[in-house]
Amino acid sequence: MSDPVTPLNNATATGTVTVREIGPLGMITLRAGGDTPGLAEAIQTIAGTGVPVQRSILGQGGRWAAWMSPDEYLLVLPHADVPAALATIATTFGAGHHLAADVSDARSVFRIEGAGADAVIARLCPVDLPGLPDGEIRRTRVAQVACALWRADGGITLVAFRSVARYVFDILANAAR
Amino acid sequence: MTTRLSSGGRLIDRTTAIEFTFNGRRMQGHPGDTLASALLANGQTLVGRSFKYHRPRGIMTSGPEEPNALMNLGSGARFEPNQRATTTPLFDGLESASQNHWPSLDYDIGILNNYAARLLPAGFYYKTFIHPRAFWKHVFEPVIRQSAGLGRAPKDRDADRYDQTYAFCDVLVAGGGIAGLMAARDAATKGQRVILCEQTPHWGGRAPVDCTTIDGRPVQTWIDTTVAALVGMPNVTLLTRCMAAAVHDHGYVLAEEDLTSHAPGTDGPRKRLWRIRAGRIIAASGAIERPIPFAGNDIPGVMLAGAVRDYVVNFGVSPGDRTVVVTTNDSAYLTAIALREAGLAVPVIVDARPIADGDLPNRARAMGIRVETGRAVVKVKGGKHVRSVSLGLMAGEGAVLEEVPCDAVAMSGGWSPVVHLYSHCGGKLLWDEPTQSFVPDPARPPLNHDGTAMVECVGTAKDVHAMCMDRASDVHAPVSIMPQGAGYALRSKMWLDYQNDVKVSDVQLAAQEGYASVEHTKRYTTLGMATDQGKLSNINGLSVLAKALNEPIPAVGTTTFRPPYAPVTLGTLAGEARGEIFQPLRRTPIHEWHTKSGAYMEPVGLWHRPYCFARPGETHAQAVEREVNNTRQALGFLDASTLGKIIVKGPDAGRFLDMLYTGVMSTLPVGKCRYGLMCNEQGFLSDDGVVARISPDTWLCHTTSGGADRIHAWMEDWLQCEWWDWQVYTANVTEQYAQVAIVGPNARKLLENLGGMDVSREALPFMTWADGTLAGFPVRVYRISFSGELSYEVAVPASLGLAFWEACLAAGKDLGAMPYGTEALHVMRAEKGFIMIGDETDGTVIPQDLGLDWAISKKKPDYLGKRGQSRPHLASPDRWKLVGLETLDGSVIPDGAYAVAEGTNANGQRNTEGRVTSTYYSPTLRRGIAMGLIAQGPERMGQTVRFGKLNGGTVEARIVSAVFVDKDGDKQNV
Repeated sequence: MSDPVTPLNNATATGTVTVREIGPLGMITLRAGGDTPGLAEAIQTIAGTGVPVQRSILGQGGRWAAWMSPDEYLLVLPHADVPAALATIATTFGAGHHLAADVSDARSVFRIEGAGADAVIARLCPVDLPGLPDGEIRRTRVAQVACALWRADGGITLVAFRSVARYVFDILANAAR
Repeated sequence: MTTRLSSGGRLIDRTTAIEFTFNGRRMQGHPGDTLASALLANGQTLVGRSFKYHRPRGIMTSGPEEPNALMNLGSGARFEPNQRATTTPLFDGLESASQNHWPSLDYDIGILNNYAARLLPAGFYYKTFIHPRAFWKHVFEPVIRQSAGLGRAPKDRDADRYDQTYAFCDVLVAGGGIAGLMAARDAATKGQRVILCEQTPHWGGRAPVDCTTIDGRPVQTWIDTTVAALVGMPNVTLLTRCMAAAVHDHGYVLAEEDLTSHAPGTDGPRKRLWRIRAGRIIAASGAIERPIPFAGNDIPGVMLAGAVRDYVVNFGVSPGDRTVVVTTNDSAYLTAIALREAGLAVPVIVDARPIADGDLPNRARAMGIRVETGRAVVKVKGGKHVRSVSLGLMAGEGAVLEEVPCDAVAMSGGWSPVVHLYSHCGGKLLWDEPTQSFVPDPARPPLNHDGTAMVECVGTAKDVHAMCMDRASDVHAPVSIMPQGAGYALRSKMWLDYQNDVKVSDVQLAAQEGYASVEHTKRYTTLGMATDQGKLSNINGLSVLAKALNEPIPAVGTTTFRPPYAPVTLGTLAGEARGEIFQPLRRTPIHEWHTKSGAYMEPVGLWHRPYCFARPGETHAQAVEREVNNTRQALGFLDASTLGKIIVKGPDAGRFLDMLYTGVMSTLPVGKCRYGLMCNEQGFLSDDGVVARISPDTWLCHTTSGGADRIHAWMEDWLQCEWWDWQVYTANVTEQYAQVAIVGPNARKLLENLGGMDVSREALPFMTWADGTLAGFPVRVYRISFSGELSYEVAVPASLGLAFWEACLAAGKDLGAMPYGTEALHVMRAEKGFIMIGDETDGTVIPQDLGLDWAISKKKPDYLGKRGQSRPHLASPDRWKLVGLETLDGSVIPDGAYAVAEGTNANGQRNTEGRVTSTYYSPTLRRGIAMGLIAQGPERMGQTVRFGKLNGGTVEARIVSAVFVDKDGDKQNV
């Protein structure tokens, strides 16, 4: 078997800011109500954080837990740890109503780094960036496709779908020209 | 003649000369000039020809309201038509050319229209070109379009790039004059986030020209201090060369910023569209001066009085040695004073009012300027330039009392607040009699989401009396036309709308012909419909119309103000969306392999999929035939990654799917697959696909490639809005997996070559699935077939998709493996009579039309679409139903052909009894095959029907079963 590959093989573009495709990252979409027994334990075990409240994202480095909608969370973790994490979720929830799916490979992930990162994102995403603090996530669009973004390590992390990775990279690189 | 004065010009840098061209003539100007000021400085007063009568036209204004000086700028890939010279900053090497003349600006053959003006009244085109009907489209319109019109559309791809940016603020201030600066300062000191945008490169608006002090300080000092304070505030964004163009609901404002038009060759985007969400909008957009309707008010040399003093004070440009000033209010006296201070002659100030004894008139008199009140300009004389004006009594009919030789006329019919931004979203206006203008009605502003005022006007955008000079005593004369009793000959030379050539006589004719509504009059006469959108003509036109109708102006009303305020470059609206990034292109994990392998790609939704893999020397048809034959005889691979995959899980998931699909999914055993159909509430077939039961509470639903997002949204719609208490979660995992269809007699051998799991007939029978590994890849294998062959669809994580595809190719070398494209897929499914959503369905077809009754549960009490399908029209036995079609001569029926029946319908069209839905050449049968919907088709097996052909004539086809190949399905079930 081969190693997992990202859609753009970690392409990089440098302009007013640096745009990097990163990954592969592990990602799990977890659908469950905020009060479902097992939710807090599963998130604590996998992401090392509490349950994120509305619009928030908790975590650091390679492990994050994000609030995506009233009954949806996104867990970010190392790619190889996904099967074990899914097993953890199955155990902690037991028969409780939930859905956990591996979406690691359905996504492409970008880092936008440099002093002009906010200006680059402002060209493409209808987001009030001065009003976006650390610890908040925005589900929005980047030009014509869906994305989510948050601040981390002095830059911005942006997640989009895998099939449009090239488009997202190209528009980010164009906005950084 | 206009010329550059020896001194003055606060905005220009006289130490530097820059070169530009106009109609190929080389001219010189200075940094800080606009194209208009530079043309005037070079004595170029004739700058264009009018739209309809091709009359000579000169520069009329100094701002975005300019109707005449529209230029072609640049050339080739930087060509731009209809650019206003008055707002175009001059730069070294600028190329400009005038528009709408032939063969040249000075000798224009279209001027003949001017002498035939009596024959071209309002509504001329409507009245003249109405018969014969077909002539309008094919004869009249093309000829008229050729002779009229302004600039031509660019032919080349734009060499520049454009940018957009989103911004958010508490307060957006549109306009950087005194009122705008004050409003921005007030909001900023309260800590609010402020964006202040100013359309020109300079702050302060008209104040440096019209005023001397503000708050006791010299104007420029006040401006500089205020701007410096704002620059120092982190919560303030200051934008010059940025025009607030449009106000939309919820404080959404579009503004266009010019970044590098004035500095060509600079790296970076040329213009930027700001997409601003503002809590509150302050329109400090100033006021626009009105022309006065007198005969010959369009002859080059006639300008707005405010523009004349702008050119003198800002650019050091003389409008001519002798300027006659004609006015209905005090402000034009400033022009006379400015001209006199610049050493130029003002033979007379013609004031329409019987008395003018305010501060400004008295200052003018004190300077020795002759002031004539109660007088009118009867007529301006001149051809390509003003020679003289004839004066008479304002109250009279046009008898000439005096002839005054002059080179220029400066006119002021008063000022109209720029209420556009207030009105874009529904703010209402009031008529203000003293200033003869519409002003914002503070009681009826456009509203924000919370019912508060979204837009507020300040400064002269609210009330022109806010001008800094003493205007308390300034009452405007309500001048509709000048002189008030002018006869037809004079009225037919009084221009209201310069750009569209609409005269006082045209509006009067419209009123006479029964056009009482201002909106109708506008469209009939084209008043205010040019690129300047009536900025100069609106009030004067209303005033003339009101008088003709014998109504007060407020009763006539005004036309609607629509965005944008002034034309916006289309490139900024497109932003980054051009070339490679015009639209997102969805790529499967195997996409690059396809393109490298020479696949011919076709769009499927936003995906690109291989249509066929043509080899060198092969036509596409030959490639498809090869791919079909190879797959049927050996082994084919299809990249099926685009298939939609949606997980549905929960205690109520089975019940949910039983409602969504026409069949029963809740009884599907774990490990098995079942084909399902989804309909909308009306009963029409919407999507299809294979459903797999993954666990007792989990199903995986496959959708069509184009349907994944739509069906996922459809599921969530029902779960969130209708059945919110059902315990079901869904997840769209379409892109998590690459999916490869391994198809053909050698398919099982290939999987055995890859190795890792039991794929035998016993372990993995038809319509089952299993998890396992193949060649070390973690896979889920579905034993399903869309071709009628032995077939496995293998899903692997997308990050391993390409590697798995390549492993299959390597393992299939000795088994005759070849990739195949979507066309071979379509041909093979058609040979088997399988339907395709979008071919056999078009939103008007129900499953019963397609003979899919076997996939519809009769036992279930309900499913989405069940009730719809019971309506009489859908349940009728006369519906067109799916059958196979075999041409008698073996040819392929044209795509989309209709089956013709005897007779004609009420519209004289041939009756029809069916249509083709899929039609192909079948490589397996070596003949044309088709599927189609035919009236009572299944009951007419063996009969023939005739299909119309594109080149006329018909082709005969026999009605047969839609399953052309392997009718019993033995091949897929081995």
